[in-house]
Amino acid sequence: MAHAAAVHEDVMLPPATREAGAGVYNEKLGMWIFLGSEVMFFTALIGTYVILRFAHPTSWKPPGQVLNIPVTAVNTFLLICSSVTMVKAFASAQDGLLQQLRLWLVATCIIGATFVGVQVYEYTHLIEKGFIPSEGLYGSTFYTMTGFHGFHVTMGVICMIYVTIKAFQGKYTQTDHRGVEVIGLYWHFVDLVWIILFTIVYLI
Amino acid sequence: MAHPPQGSPGARPSHAHPNYILIWVFLAVLTALELTVAFLPWSKTIIIVILIGMAFYKAALVGLYYMHLRFEPNRLRILAIAPLPLFAVLVLAVITEFIW
Repeated sequence: MAHAAAVHEDVMLPPATREAGAGVYNEKLGMWIFLGSEVMFFTALIGTYVILRFAHPTSWKPPGQVLNIPVTAVNTFLLICSSVTMVKAFASAQDGLLQQLRLWLVATCIIGATFVGVQVYEYTHLIEKGFIPSEGLYGSTFYTMTGFHGFHVTMGVICMIYVTIKAFQGKYTQTDHRGVEVIGLYWHFVDLVWIILFTIVYLI
Repeated sequence: MAHPPQGSPGARPSHAHPNYILIWVFLAVLTALELTVAFLPWSKTIIIVILIGMAFYKAALVGLYYMHLRFEPNRLRILAIAPLPLFAVLVLAVITEFIW
């Protein structure tokens, strides 16, 4: 019986410190593979956008004529701030500062949710002005790209809240804080994508 | 005492923390510069080249320091950048078709 339990444990619970093929633990490797698929997803969107703009340059209005750049610039700044709070949370976990870990995670949740709220505000005003998804290539590409990004941020906030709750339950330690690192990778990726989207959708 | 391998959850970072706040300041300043450049009365082509260059530089800062790619094993870095050439292939292939 004891032998069976030992075998079960070996199979189901690999040692947390086991080095995998890519030199990282499995959850982190899985997240990087997922992010690779996300790169391809956003590459398809951005690539399509570039092609359409080359093919139909007159369908796009100059920067600032339709889209509210000041509001979006503030939102961009918020997302950058959320990235620094996230990385500070991870650094706190590495240093064993668990109280700081919780505070930085809460800050990240709040700033991330604010980003989504500002995007909803932006959409509401654009739709009131008549700029809707069916408004030609400009409208459809704008809402498709920013909408998918907003969906990713929303999912990130939900996952971040889950990780924050686990942090308050004391599930993360200085030696094992995999959840914090993995959600952090996702969050920074979402920030990275927005940096590109902000430039090509709003400023060019 | 045996040390856990690099990259494992039990591993202590093999490097000091980068100055995350300084990187955040860089990102914020670059964003402000982007907003300025976008409305300068320069050639559209020059503005696009500068803006895309700044965007990629900001993205690289996030990837290298916030996602810690600078400190990861080479195998993971290769995994992370492997999809990027697909972007160039996609855009070049379709632009070529459009031009023809």
